[in-house]
Amino acid sequence: MSHLATKLIAWIDERFPLISTWKEHLSEYYAPRNFNFWYFFGGLALLVLVIQFVSGIFLTMNYKPDAAQAFASVEYIMRDVQGGWVLRYIHSTGASMFFVVIYLHMFRSLMYGSYRKPRELLWIIGMVIYLALMAEAFMGYLLPWGQMSYWGAQVIVNLFSSVPYIGHDLAILIRGDYVVSDSTLNRFFALHVIAVPLLLIGIVFLHIVALHAVGSNNPDGIEIKKHKDANGHPLDGIPFFPYMVVKDAVATVVFLIVFCSIIFFAPEINGYFLEANNFVPGNPMKTPEHIAPVWYFTPYYAILRAIPPLFGSQFPGVVAMGVATMIFFALPWLDRGRVKSIRYRGPIYKTFLAAFVVSFIGLGWLGLLPSTPTYTVIARVLSVVYFAFFFLMPWYTKIDKCKPEPDRVTST
Amino acid sequence: MNAINKLRVLVLLWIVVPTLAIANTEIHLDKFPVTLEKDNASLQRGAKLFTDKCLACHSATYMRYSRLHDIGMNDAQVKKEIAVPEDGQIYSKMQSAMDANSAKLAYGVVPPDLSVIARARGADWLYTYLRTFYVDASRASGWNNTTFPNVGMPFVMSDLQGEQVLEVEKHEGHEVKKLVMKTPGSMTPAQYDSAMVDLTNYLVFMGDPGEKNRHQYGYIVLGFLLLLLALVYALKQEIWKDIK
Repeated sequence: MSHLATKLIAWIDERFPLISTWKEHLSEYYAPRNFNFWYFFGGLALLVLVIQFVSGIFLTMNYKPDAAQAFASVEYIMRDVQGGWVLRYIHSTGASMFFVVIYLHMFRSLMYGSYRKPRELLWIIGMVIYLALMAEAFMGYLLPWGQMSYWGAQVIVNLFSSVPYIGHDLAILIRGDYVVSDSTLNRFFALHVIAVPLLLIGIVFLHIVALHAVGSNNPDGIEIKKHKDANGHPLDGIPFFPYMVVKDAVATVVFLIVFCSIIFFAPEINGYFLEANNFVPGNPMKTPEHIAPVWYFTPYYAILRAIPPLFGSQFPGVVAMGVATMIFFALPWLDRGRVKSIRYRGPIYKTFLAAFVVSFIGLGWLGLLPSTPTYTVIARVLSVVYFAFFFLMPWYTKIDKCKPEPDRVTST
Repeated sequence: MNAINKLRVLVLLWIVVPTLAIANTEIHLDKFPVTLEKDNASLQRGAKLFTDKCLACHSATYMRYSRLHDIGMNDAQVKKEIAVPEDGQIYSKMQSAMDANSAKLAYGVVPPDLSVIARARGADWLYTYLRTFYVDASRASGWNNTTFPNVGMPFVMSDLQGEQVLEVEKHEGHEVKKLVMKTPGSMTPAQYDSAMVDLTNYLVFMGDPGEKNRHQYGYIVLGFLLLLLALVYALKQEIWKDIK
């Protein structure tokens, strides 16, 4: 390194912990050497977060948060703003891809027991990110002000009005009006572009701080910190920089190839990422025949619809939907397994996890369709499976026949 | 109706409406032949039909005449072949000649803006809808449509297609509805279908005019990313040599 650069770094380092931060979090942060495919999605989620921030900032420069102008301003971005179409498709694709990577990231934790001690807080912070992300996506979806934006928001906000005693006032508080209107659009815009992103930056930062304190789990579900060399570095760990950085770089480029293929060749994904009905301006006087949320909410929406109303109130369904999302918080304490990783779990956990995946995907698919009596029955069965995965967990993880864990990680 | 009741109705609607959607009988849609998708000649014929026939009542507020450059027309051609209004500029948006109030008086509804209609309805729906108008004396406009029952719009292209009537035949107990040509128009059915391919083609183009260029950029971007992938992968292999 040149003399000048060395001096500059020394100057900074006297005033800011530059070198020690670099070492602690990159060059001497040790990650397990046996990371596999499933360990790419945390980094990719961070990438999508940045993509959404940057594309969102530029969209905000031309978007009008006004019920009379919102729909037109989106078309203005698509047609008259230089490069506007690419920003818009990046942002709309990014919203869906965010959930793709987050769901895979969460599934990784289920497979390898990444939420288990000592990573309970890391998991809880991650769950808060997931909830914030759902709020962010829900409020962002209102902004294009199409029919699906409008009626999707109407339906979801109405769920809050089913809460006993306070529901009515709660719904008005959220909407700022008796129906979804210009006031709703304005407050959703404020929350979508300021409040929730600020919160997201904060909790993502905490997520990484917590991760670097306890270290990453790995596909074997054993602690690499148990075996250290003379320098105190884990024997089964490799420095994050440069090894994990270049590995993640390969994953990033592969991800961008998928991402760009969608943006440039199929931004609507046949109505899954951009729904056809959202190209009709929002009309409070005309309810669409079929209202379905975007795919990433449909598992919960299917659970909501599957629960029969009680005394004419949808409240039980709303509670079930709430429990279905919140139950993930309890995972570290529901799991009584002797081992963390699926590699050493017995057949019962594997069966339950497979059934859970089937129920989650099945409910997601049903949530996209209009309900019929047959579908409702299927949705009820799948909802039972969904909840059984969590509520029976203390029992089946305990009786499951686990294999012995290895002492050191098994593959590179 | 007080606010609580209003909300109840909304919640109820939201529960009932999906079930109603099932009760609706499916309308058969003809497949739009996508082979002509990027054909400029077809798009230009479609643009001409659109401005001649549709723009009288419908607007395409987000579409500028200048955007026709994208389908291979220059300013002179646009001004000559497309009816740009006298006070209009090449950068003007496509506004209907009819204002919303008189349209509402005439048809009961304001004719919807067609800028993004192809993205809302889909090409198959449009291609079918444009070919399934029939004479129906019970309607105020004198017209009906099997794809969009009780549509408010009168059939403005009857001079081209001719006049169809709906015949209901009984086949072993169940009814089969069929459109039959009563008075032929200036075009043969094959010519009319082909014209509607052009028009649908244009409507699809207008829904997302950037699409053509988007694909070209897409190939460049993907080409770059594939090269980058090769480089980054080589770098990873090189650096990971130490690990074993």
